[in-house]
Amino acid sequence: MFEFSYLKANSLSEAAAFVAAHPDAKLLAGGMTLLPTLKQRLAQPSHLVDVGRLPELGGIELKAGRLAIGAATRHHDVATSAVVRNAIPALAYLASHIGDPQVRNCGTLGGSVANNDPAADYPAAVLALDAIIVTTQREIAAADFFQGMFATALEAGEIIVRVLFPVPKRAAYEKFPHPASGYAMAGAFVAEMATGVRVAVTGAGPGVFRWSEAESALAQNLNVAAVDKLTLDATDLNEDFHATREYRANLAKVMTKRALQKMLATK
Amino acid sequence: MTKLELNVNGKLRIGEVEDRTLLADFLRDQLGLTGTHIGCDTSQCGCCTVHLDGRAIKSCTMLAVQASGAKVVTIEGLAKGDTLHPVQQAFSDCHGLQCGFCTPGMIMATAALLKDNPNPSDAEIYRGLEGNLCRCTGYINIVKAVKRAAQTS
Repeated sequence: MFEFSYLKANSLSEAAAFVAAHPDAKLLAGGMTLLPTLKQRLAQPSHLVDVGRLPELGGIELKAGRLAIGAATRHHDVATSAVVRNAIPALAYLASHIGDPQVRNCGTLGGSVANNDPAADYPAAVLALDAIIVTTQREIAAADFFQGMFATALEAGEIIVRVLFPVPKRAAYEKFPHPASGYAMAGAFVAEMATGVRVAVTGAGPGVFRWSEAESALAQNLNVAAVDKLTLDATDLNEDFHATREYRANLAKVMTKRALQKMLATK
Repeated sequence: MTKLELNVNGKLRIGEVEDRTLLADFLRDQLGLTGTHIGCDTSQCGCCTVHLDGRAIKSCTMLAVQASGAKVVTIEGLAKGDTLHPVQQAFSDCHGLQCGFCTPGMIMATAALLKDNPNPSDAEIYRGLEGNLCRCTGYINIVKAVKRAAQTS
């Protein structure tokens, strides 16, 4: 790691002041992506501003049909929260399948969303559930927030405070984890909302995206067969030595079908 | 340099570290607690697993300064005098190791797993130890040891 100065923020306003004062600072929450990145010397922040234990970024609360989860909430706490399991069991399931137990004890919701790794799990839930990202400056709709590989609508110095998840009628998440890294080679979050069924795919493309053809087909016919007839356009998907883009397109479809099957099995 | 104060294995320890010092390096180099191993240094192998405020974490992927004020338990803190912790005893009894490099991390991860789930199934053991790699055993005796520990804890 290159040298940096560590600043522990004691409040959200202090954290905001730190990042405003140091344009090359980075926020540190769980550190599950940032610290490995620093170890490889892929980034050289002047300061790390630790927001990982800020009480203002904690808390899980169900209010007016929306589940609010603080940005610094650990994956383990989302996975085991009775409130989350009750309101959106698919979200608790998703959180319980990120990384490994040690990673889930450190990694945070806000960190995952802000990083927007194209193979991360949380962005699929955020987009499928049409969640709202509340920051120190504004509220951002999921559709505007994710802007492709590792890119988000966050401005310099803007800090995610919490994410508001509308509670769906039912939902499910399925992924095909890479056997070595555990990251999703393709994952699909399917949610039945008041407005219809939404399908978000992660891992397959340069960033999380909605599969609109599947959503239209499911609006006509809410069953697995409706997706079976479709082919996901592979043109913009990722290709590497693990899988061709056509393979990923098919994998995304299979994950969508599995998630759908799981969702339809719940009442 | 930043001063830090943390409770390690029940003792208050005070140190001064470069901000970029990893918790694993602080434990090993400054406190001499070399039971915490560094295997991969990329948060995959789990050899560096310790408990931070009761939860298993990978100490190679946490800054020492992040742990300031916390309660840390390492493999050296598990046994009570000459009496091994039930998980340590089970790994010994079931020979849940060959070279032993991954063992401190396996034991710390197992102790944390059994705290959450005192009687895990095989599938729950596999998932519970997903963050720990062993290059020797093929895991058979490790899983046996976890089951034995579940019975004796």
